[in-house]
Amino acid sequence: MDWAAINPAFYVASVMVAATPLLLAAIGELVVEKTGVLNLGVEGMMIIGAVCGFITAVETGSPSLGFVGGALGGAALSVVFAVLTQFFLTSQVPTGLALTLFGLGASAMVGQSYVGIVPPKMPQLMSGAQLNAFERIVLGHDAMLYIGLAIPVAVWAVLRFSRLGLILRAVGEDHNAAHALGYKVMWIRFGAIVFGGACAGLGGAYLSLVRVPQWTEGMTTGAGWIALALVVFASWRPLLIILGAYIFGGIAILQLNLQAAGSTIPVEYLSMSPYVITIFVLVLLSALHKYGISRAQAPAMLGRSFHASN
Amino acid sequence: MILRRTLLAAAATALALTSGAFADGHEKLKVGFVYVGSIGDGGWTYEHNQSRLAVDEAFGDKVETIYQESVPEGADAERVMTQMALSGAKLIFTTSFGYMDPTINVAAKFPDVKFEHATGYKTADNVSTYSARFYEGRAVQGHIAGKMTKTNKIGYIASFPIPEVIRGINSAYLHAKRVNPDVEFNIIWAFTWEDPAKEADAAKTLIEQGADVILQHTDTTAPLTVAAENEGVIGFGQASDMAQFKDGPRVSSIIDNWAPYYIDRVKAVMDGTWETVQTWDGIDTGMVEIGEITDRIPADIKAEAEAMIEAMRTGAYHPFTGPINKQDGTPWLADGEVADDGTLAGMSFYIEGLTGDIPQ
Repeated sequence: MDWAAINPAFYVASVMVAATPLLLAAIGELVVEKTGVLNLGVEGMMIIGAVCGFITAVETGSPSLGFVGGALGGAALSVVFAVLTQFFLTSQVPTGLALTLFGLGASAMVGQSYVGIVPPKMPQLMSGAQLNAFERIVLGHDAMLYIGLAIPVAVWAVLRFSRLGLILRAVGEDHNAAHALGYKVMWIRFGAIVFGGACAGLGGAYLSLVRVPQWTEGMTTGAGWIALALVVFASWRPLLIILGAYIFGGIAILQLNLQAAGSTIPVEYLSMSPYVITIFVLVLLSALHKYGISRAQAPAMLGRSFHASN
Repeated sequence: MILRRTLLAAAATALALTSGAFADGHEKLKVGFVYVGSIGDGGWTYEHNQSRLAVDEAFGDKVETIYQESVPEGADAERVMTQMALSGAKLIFTTSFGYMDPTINVAAKFPDVKFEHATGYKTADNVSTYSARFYEGRAVQGHIAGKMTKTNKIGYIASFPIPEVIRGINSAYLHAKRVNPDVEFNIIWAFTWEDPAKEADAAKTLIEQGADVILQHTDTTAPLTVAAENEGVIGFGQASDMAQFKDGPRVSSIIDNWAPYYIDRVKAVMDGTWETVQTWDGIDTGMVEIGEITDRIPADIKAEAEAMIEAMRTGAYHPFTGPINKQDGTPWLADGEVADDGTLAGMSFYIEGLTGDIPQ
């Protein structure tokens, strides 16, 4: 095979673009799970974000407004989940699954007349063929990619250093104690769910406005599920989300590069490698936990409904 | 009690009357379509759905068409087909290669229902196959690609390693190589028909590795969207005209026109003349159409391509005409020899000059 055909700068730049939708969706879900809520509807919120972002961008001609539209779309869908699980106390797992199915169907319906349209292009800080490696990797992207990198850092800082972070974690670790201290568990979770929805919507919009960029039914093709896996992969640590998303994106792009360059490694091994790594990491984490080397990372209240009467 | 019996009797009479009416030829023929992608993919499934609408148009209220989108190729497909057959469909089109075994299995359970499987090779008393000679269109694409490339690198986004896709690669390569001996094909197997993100990434990768012509055998317009962002890169519409990219990278296209065939087969079921056939039509019958070659292609190359299309229409030229060797250098077709349909239908080898292996 021809290794020289793979240009490392192009490769890294592509990985950053491929990883961003996963990163955005995963960091949102991380916050949701930190408060003890498991929302399996990430895929549905992403696709709604993708279609809302696309429609907004096309109608207004502004990709930036498109991202706002995507975030609002994802957040709106997550409100449905929040109302059902927080006020009607429905079980989170089936509600989340229903959200995904609903999102896929609703987006297909809404997006029907937007198939085959090219959206306005998101401007990049620097672009063109003459960029050197540094410029291409560090500066050759659109603003949303940098925002995507900033969000996990901000989430990390908030969760670790701020009072808000402490409250969010308290709700996720022991909702009864948080309630006893006077925190409004339901509303805190409500807020976290909406934040998660907005992030998933941004991820979806990044897919339909930058990575592809076009609208096609079902275009997330499982990215939401990978985002869910990433949260576990990162063992609920915000900064590890970046690493996880870049590993997933990196392998996805690597296998395409290897193929195009004429590699003899069978495609199947490359395609399955991200999932093999996920399973390996999960086994490793639980082994570490079992032998007391690392503490459990999953929020103690994950997936449990709370009602003040409990 | 009496009332109920009367009601039942009335219902039975009504039923008899309606079925009597059905027998008079007012019966609606229910026709099912199983799609592998979404009807909004802008390519393969979109065209099948357009042809379904043409059936609706042609037969009006004598026909009722139903369809199911995004049906996975596997056990789920059997469930969908069974459901359609149980709901009264008398003719079912299964429109992807991976539905081959499911179609045969379900057809065995419903001998009264006719099945039409696209691009496969297994038939039964109530299963016909139909496909189009896309490789004729690929020959035109290869010719244009070979002439137009400046980097001598042509990127090819392949879906699954099945004969239909391999034929396309061979045909395109053969005709590119003929006009440009330095041409090189970089092939990416996407292992999907419809995944815009993956298709876009694949196109991006190929362009980054130097390809300036992108051929695709996947179903969405995503590769063209990427090509549009890269100056000097051209591509082709796949399965559908993808005319919205005419001002950009799309220089021509292969259009699948299933409508005449679908109308024909629906009519055959209505008339009771349906029988098992293996249809494989090309440019000659219009099942394969070549979309308009845009002005981005210089006039002389356009004229050559159009001459080739015409020669294939009249049957004067077959894209697989020898001498052609297989990848390992062993002879396949002697000088002037034309490939037989049997070999083409099961094609599982690259021709000489292509690098890399076909995934197993």
